[in-house]
Amino acid sequence: MKIAPACVLLLSGCAGAQSALDADGPSALAIENLIFLFLAVCGVAFVLVMGVMTWALVRGRNEPAGRPQTERSMGRVVAGAVVATFLVITFLTAASFYATPSLDRGKADPPTILVRGQQWWWQFSYLDADPAKTFQTANELHIPVGTDVRLRLEASDVIHSFWVPNLTGKQDLVPGRENVLTLNAAKPGVYRGQCAEFCGLQHSHMALLVIAEEPADYARWLDVQRGLATAPTDGEAAAGKLVFMSKPCAACHTIRGTEAVGTTGPDLTHIGSRSTIGAGLLDNTRGSISAWIADPQTLKPGNNMPLVPVTSEELRQLSAYMKGLQ
Amino acid sequence: MTWFGKTPSPADLAAGDEKAEALLRRTWSTPAGVLAALSTVDHKIIGRRYIATAFVFLMLGGVLALAMRLQLAFPEARFISADRYNQIFTVHGSNMMFLFAVPVMEAMAVYLVPLMVGTRNIAFPRLNAFSYWIFLAGGLLLWTSLALDTAPDVGWFAYVPLAGPQYGPGKRADIWAQMITFTEVSALAVAVEIVVTVFKLRAPGMSLDRIPIFVWSMLVTAFLVIMAMPAIMLASSSLILDRLVGTQFFNPSEGGDALLWQHLFWFFGHPEVYIIFLPAVGMVSAMISTFTQRPTFGYLPLVLAMIATGVLAFGLWVHHMFVAGLPRVGSSFFTASSMAIAIPAGTQIFCWLATLWDGRPIFKTPMLFIIGFLITFVIGGLTGVMVASVPFDTQVHDTYFVVAHFHYVLIGGSVFPLIGAIYYWFPKMTGRMMSERLGRWAFGLIFTGFHLTFFPMHMLGLQGMPRRVYTYPPELPWAGLNLFVSLSAVILAAGFLVFFIDVLRSVRHGPPAGPNPWNASTLEWAMPSPPPPYNFRHIPVVESLEPLWTSGEALPVATGLRLDRRELVVSSVTAGEPEARESSPADSIWPFLAAIATSIMLIASIFSPWAVVWGAIPVAITLTGWFWPKQTPEDES
Repeated sequence: MKIAPACVLLLSGCAGAQSALDADGPSALAIENLIFLFLAVCGVAFVLVMGVMTWALVRGRNEPAGRPQTERSMGRVVAGAVVATFLVITFLTAASFYATPSLDRGKADPPTILVRGQQWWWQFSYLDADPAKTFQTANELHIPVGTDVRLRLEASDVIHSFWVPNLTGKQDLVPGRENVLTLNAAKPGVYRGQCAEFCGLQHSHMALLVIAEEPADYARWLDVQRGLATAPTDGEAAAGKLVFMSKPCAACHTIRGTEAVGTTGPDLTHIGSRSTIGAGLLDNTRGSISAWIADPQTLKPGNNMPLVPVTSEELRQLSAYMKGLQ
Repeated sequence: MTWFGKTPSPADLAAGDEKAEALLRRTWSTPAGVLAALSTVDHKIIGRRYIATAFVFLMLGGVLALAMRLQLAFPEARFISADRYNQIFTVHGSNMMFLFAVPVMEAMAVYLVPLMVGTRNIAFPRLNAFSYWIFLAGGLLLWTSLALDTAPDVGWFAYVPLAGPQYGPGKRADIWAQMITFTEVSALAVAVEIVVTVFKLRAPGMSLDRIPIFVWSMLVTAFLVIMAMPAIMLASSSLILDRLVGTQFFNPSEGGDALLWQHLFWFFGHPEVYIIFLPAVGMVSAMISTFTQRPTFGYLPLVLAMIATGVLAFGLWVHHMFVAGLPRVGSSFFTASSMAIAIPAGTQIFCWLATLWDGRPIFKTPMLFIIGFLITFVIGGLTGVMVASVPFDTQVHDTYFVVAHFHYVLIGGSVFPLIGAIYYWFPKMTGRMMSERLGRWAFGLIFTGFHLTFFPMHMLGLQGMPRRVYTYPPELPWAGLNLFVSLSAVILAAGFLVFFIDVLRSVRHGPPAGPNPWNASTLEWAMPSPPPPYNFRHIPVVESLEPLWTSGEALPVATGLRLDRRELVVSSVTAGEPEARESSPADSIWPFLAAIATSIMLIASIFSPWAVVWGAIPVAITLTGWFWPKQTPEDES
């Protein structure tokens, strides 16, 4: 109940920080340092080359005919520059190798989350040895702060790429393969990420949020998510549940604890607790839920949710039900 | 072999000369008329046509770029729909790579290489005509599909499974794959012509160490085309088979592999960058020598650096796949090899700087574009070193950082030298000079507009903006830079507009150029501008790397070629010693007809695999017409 407003608060605090230069995890930090090293070295190289070029142009203009330079002396300078290039390149290559292990942190056995990229949303399965504790959510990934979290990356349709630049570099999700990625957030916060590999019509609208919480908050969140959907308490939401179950909605979506067990669309068991809908498209309010159900194809053209005809009364009831699924 | 006297006999040069020239002109010229224009095999006519067509595609591709910048100027803009946007960026990329950059470089070679090596026509001139028509057909196919709203929408890289039958329904990806086939055929044909022209048709005395650097660059490029194209042919053919015949090369659920596509595509796609860049190395070397009035410093290092670039180009394709989940050890190898390419690139830059250092720069328009090239390409090369690093790349891969990087390399590294080259060789091609004043305007606008457009994209990428997105949310801090970039793109476009206006104006109204307006050193400047249909009245004998500077007007010549037949001198590969006379084919309409038959077959194959079977019949007929043995006067004698 308290998580959603907290997220919105955190989100506004972090808004606009989907940046590789705003590292909040050890891996992203190692890469950020490498980025600044490369920028510095290459910046110096650029200034040197441009300096020589400018000098050569100005010099040649003023120099009278009959030049002191010989092929041999220039040859030595050029050879020296090539050797210098080689040394700089070797240094940068070594620095790059040194930073590479930071990408593959987490050899221990951290909590494992299965990430499945779909056109155009993210499915997260929190795996547990006890099948009863395994659950799914969509587009929002909660992780505990300061722990390596192992992600197993899979795609069911086309290639996607999981990228939350503040936490670490990206990794593709390739159909028929399983890639892994380790996330580690240094401090609590909401980190935005989005699909980085072109995956079709709505590639632009495939965002996700990583919500890093203190371990206690994370454990509380896990408990809530593992639970079945709460039964609607007020009449409007209860009516909304009836609409949901009688319309085609239940064929595509799962709401654990009800007869809705569809798997094509996102699991909606606790949708009310998420801060956005439509993979980062809209803030999760009753208004935007209604707008999405009423006309998903105008909001996000080409997505796989069909237009299900509902009356405005039913729309109100559905949005009440959805928002109540905390 | 009496017909290879080093000096023409007095009789040759005196009274009979004008008559001989008229005879040569009659033997080699293309008559007036539409049919003759479709039949011509003159490398100069085809080369000019090729260049002009490629520049039309550049202009069209630029319009698409502006359309994209309009859509991205504001967050959540709705000027262009998602579907249209995906078509536009796909056609923009495919068009710029396959219909502009590669063809225009090869077209420059088609025009210049025979002149620079001192021969009368390119090798396999009918194949040359065929390759132009095929290229044109491929371009028309792509642009027609965009006009009909069925253009490819899977990116110029067409990754499967998105481009596969299941997720790319309709004909869009088929059109992309067959457009690739068209450009493969045409690029390969030209590459073979260039290799044979350079190896076998050089003027007497042009040994390997007297080949102009531009010709070397095109030779290396031609080999890259020949070795890289089979990979993309495999890829596009497999994709077409998956889509049309139901094979499963790329379908993981049936034992195929989605990454197979990426390996094949980038094994071609990375050398492709050097196929575009190496000709520019040749152009820059030629122009730097002329505009400093010094031989380019470091002939041997430059040639070796180009060959090294060509070899390394095939060893670093995996750096496009650093985030695809390949083993880290392998990626480390590709990091090292990708970084290593900075060494030959650096060698080239240092040799040019040494030439500038020792010469006296003449600041004409081509020289301005060379300076622009040096500044821009060095930045692009350095960001190339950055993306070669695996950890760095995991953050910037598929972001605007990469968009910025490769526009720096491609526009900075190739288009700047190319525009300089157009200013430089325009007088040779048309007989008229372009405007120095408009040239300065064009350079100023293009250079300023380019950097204002693309430099901020580095920052957008580091700030997390992915590429290939048709819109972005307003709450991310990208809106300001995007608007700035879009406005700057207008400056860049204005620069190109000035350039195009200058070209169109100068074709008719430019001041006459004379044979060698820049006092350049290579053979193409040894003849009137524009060159006569037979190129050289007498085949020159080459005695140095800069024949026009060492021998001046009085170039020694070889005589003995017949005037009443199209004949070329065939020389040895290494020493350039004359070996034989060879007849060069006459004009023919059959290559044009064969290109039409081939195009119909390839386009129809998009709709039915049977089109390959039935379409092969007209192709066979036209090829038979093309190759039907004809009695030549030589056979009679």
